Amino acid sequence: MSAREEIVRPAESPSGLRRLSQLDVLESESVHIFRESAAQFERSALLFSGGKDSIVMLHLALKAFWPAPLPFGLLHIDTGHNFPEVLAYRDRTVSGLGLRLTVALVQEFIDAGRVQERPDGTRNALQTVPLLDAIGKGRLDALFGGGRRDEEKARAKERVFSLRDEFGAWDPRRQRPELWSLYNGRHRRGEHVRVFPLSNWTELDVWEYIARERIALPGIYFAHERDVFRRDGMWLTGGDWGGPKDGEPVERRQVRYRTVGDMSCTGAVNSQAVTVDEVIREITASTVTERGATRADDQVSEAAMEDRKREGYF
Amino acid sequence: MTPDHPTSHHLEAPAGRASLLRLATAGSVDDGKSTLVGRLLHDCRALLADQLAAVERISRERGLPATDLALLTDGLRAEREQGITIDVAYRYFATARRRFILADTPGHVQYTRNMVTGASTADLAVILVDAHHGVTEQTRRHAAVAALLRVPHLVLAVNKMDLAGHDESVFAAIADEFTGYASRLGLPEVVPIPVSALHGDNVVTPSASMDWYSGPTLLEHLEAVEVAEDQSARAARFPVQYVLRPQTTGEFRDYRGYAGRLVSGVLRRGEPVVVLPGGQRSTVAAIDRLGERDVDFAVAPQSVTLRLADDLDVSRGDVIVPQASPPRLTREVTATVCHLADRPLHAGDRVLLRHGSSTVWAVVRSLDSRLDIGTLTADPAPTSLSANEIGQLTLRTAAPLPLDDYRTDRLTGSFLLVDEADGATLAAGLAGALELGAARHGD
Repeated sequence: MSAREEIVRPAESPSGLRRLSQLDVLESESVHIFRESAAQFERSALLFSGGKDSIVMLHLALKAFWPAPLPFGLLHIDTGHNFPEVLAYRDRTVSGLGLRLTVALVQEFIDAGRVQERPDGTRNALQTVPLLDAIGKGRLDALFGGGRRDEEKARAKERVFSLRDEFGAWDPRRQRPELWSLYNGRHRRGEHVRVFPLSNWTELDVWEYIARERIALPGIYFAHERDVFRRDGMWLTGGDWGGPKDGEPVERRQVRYRTVGDMSCTGAVNSQAVTVDEVIREITASTVTERGATRADDQVSEAAMEDRKREGYF
Repeated sequence: MTPDHPTSHHLEAPAGRASLLRLATAGSVDDGKSTLVGRLLHDCRALLADQLAAVERISRERGLPATDLALLTDGLRAEREQGITIDVAYRYFATARRRFILADTPGHVQYTRNMVTGASTADLAVILVDAHHGVTEQTRRHAAVAALLRVPHLVLAVNKMDLAGHDESVFAAIADEFTGYASRLGLPEVVPIPVSALHGDNVVTPSASMDWYSGPTLLEHLEAVEVAEDQSARAARFPVQYVLRPQTTGEFRDYRGYAGRLVSGVLRRGEPVVVLPGGQRSTVAAIDRLGERDVDFAVAPQSVTLRLADDLDVSRGDVIVPQASPPRLTREVTATVCHLADRPLHAGDRVLLRHGSSTVWAVVRSLDSRLDIGTLTADPAPTSLSANEIGQLTLRTAAPLPLDDYRTDRLTGSFLLVDEADGATLAAGLAGALELGAARHGD
């Protein structure tokens, strides 16, 4: 931590007056986006999964409205295959900060026959129906998502204020031009807007900000011993979701999670990094992207993310 | 992906400390822009193994003779199907000296709309020309948009030098023609660079085939260029986004803070200010910086919360400015607009105008001219403005606006026109008279 602590604030000396760091600029941009949204929309919610991007997003939101309470609640679409450590973190955070959390359970939608379990047991794509249902029930006109443009090719083309039609669908060919820092959230009744305050952050920015702000994360982001098995080139954790099958031997390995999503499609990476600084060193040296290393769902096709987004996904 | 593909760590900037350069790229179809962007990312080691492997796999599947780096930037299904780029894509990369946000703007359909979008936030624009075709009408249009949007720095990348025999005279002729045109547009400086995106010459590494060129490679220039456009050096402008009133008991019971982002300038505790458009005067009693209480100053582009010494009625849309340097308030707006929507704009249209954090009704009083940015001639009094057209108009607003001239401040001099019915963004507005080379209005 020591090398990083001195960086954070613009120097108070006259010569350093105008030098803001990259993180300062990104932080101010995200706060500006939160405040624009709070002013332009009537009912919004912040998508909070307990993953690092949503944790950073919540941290920025709290700063944006300090000392007032958050003018919106949190929403989590729980696949039923979430890591228990992450759900515990989620609940600790919500009760510790006195926030409002709505949880939509994918399992309830499966039980009611509104969505079908997929043969491979992956529930990532099944989140779309509960998500749109929660938007309708809450009459939400805006949702904050932790998506970043550096993550994926379709996301690289999405606006900060991304309009969704009454079916929740994203039409990449009919996006509004977004100029300067003028965000246009105006929409018709029934439509809503997905807002991405971390659009311009990279994975490294997120981690450096976590270090600088000393933000606590769920333990699975750091190296630990875990029973895992190999499937589609990834180390998965077994569980009720349907793994491992016969012929998929379980090994105990030192791993960490680089992204956190549904257990059935989020892979762990071999890692020795037990501190934030070690994680930063590790990802700086990594030769694969975050999603490439850890997400089975994006390896289905070239346009997997685009296709899910068109249907109303995050 | 070769196993010895170098990793990026030695090129990464130290934590949060490097400066940020925002750039936009523009080129015509087939100028090789996607290849150039792919090459830049590849040679900066900004591409990781799985991204490269995906591009190699797709290139193989399509039966291409070599890996097509252009595939890196085509994100959407229709783009890959048609082999074109449709929308602005943002790319992120870093070297030891700088962090970069690159807005990759497609050059064919909707080129003005896309380029205006990318250029609106750019410190630098890279305009691509095919060495074989030279300066085309499209090139002139791109330069005109860069000039209109006041992008401070311009690079002319003369691409496909390999197909022009790496010939210095070809490059020199194109550079001369373009530089002459750029100076007519009032563009401050143009840096021409001969490149071959396909082979990587002068993109990141110097070319072995063009000894006659001694200037910087594209990346060297991007790393070194001084971003002189410093928002904090201008007059302070603080649009109020949101009023923070916790209304809790205890410490913050009487807290009333005006949350916003300082768009330009510096504000200090004790500074005498005026709230526009109302004109109430007060002083800055305290500046809270995202949970850090009562700091001495705020500097653009910081998001902060201001508390004023007096109990005033301040709300979203108001702008707090120093008493010493207020902007002009106006309800009669002369502006240049780039029309973005499919439905045309006519005199008499009622629209919403978004400036800073305020939204006001406005009426298009008159369409005064339409600019042909290919020839730089102005067509007086057009009946409408269609998508991708640029013109000058006069607006009457329902409330006075603290508008700066776009030519003095790109952020406080810009606005959007919005359709009230469906919220569509109709046009991008630049406050002030149209002034572009021969099309100077009123000459």
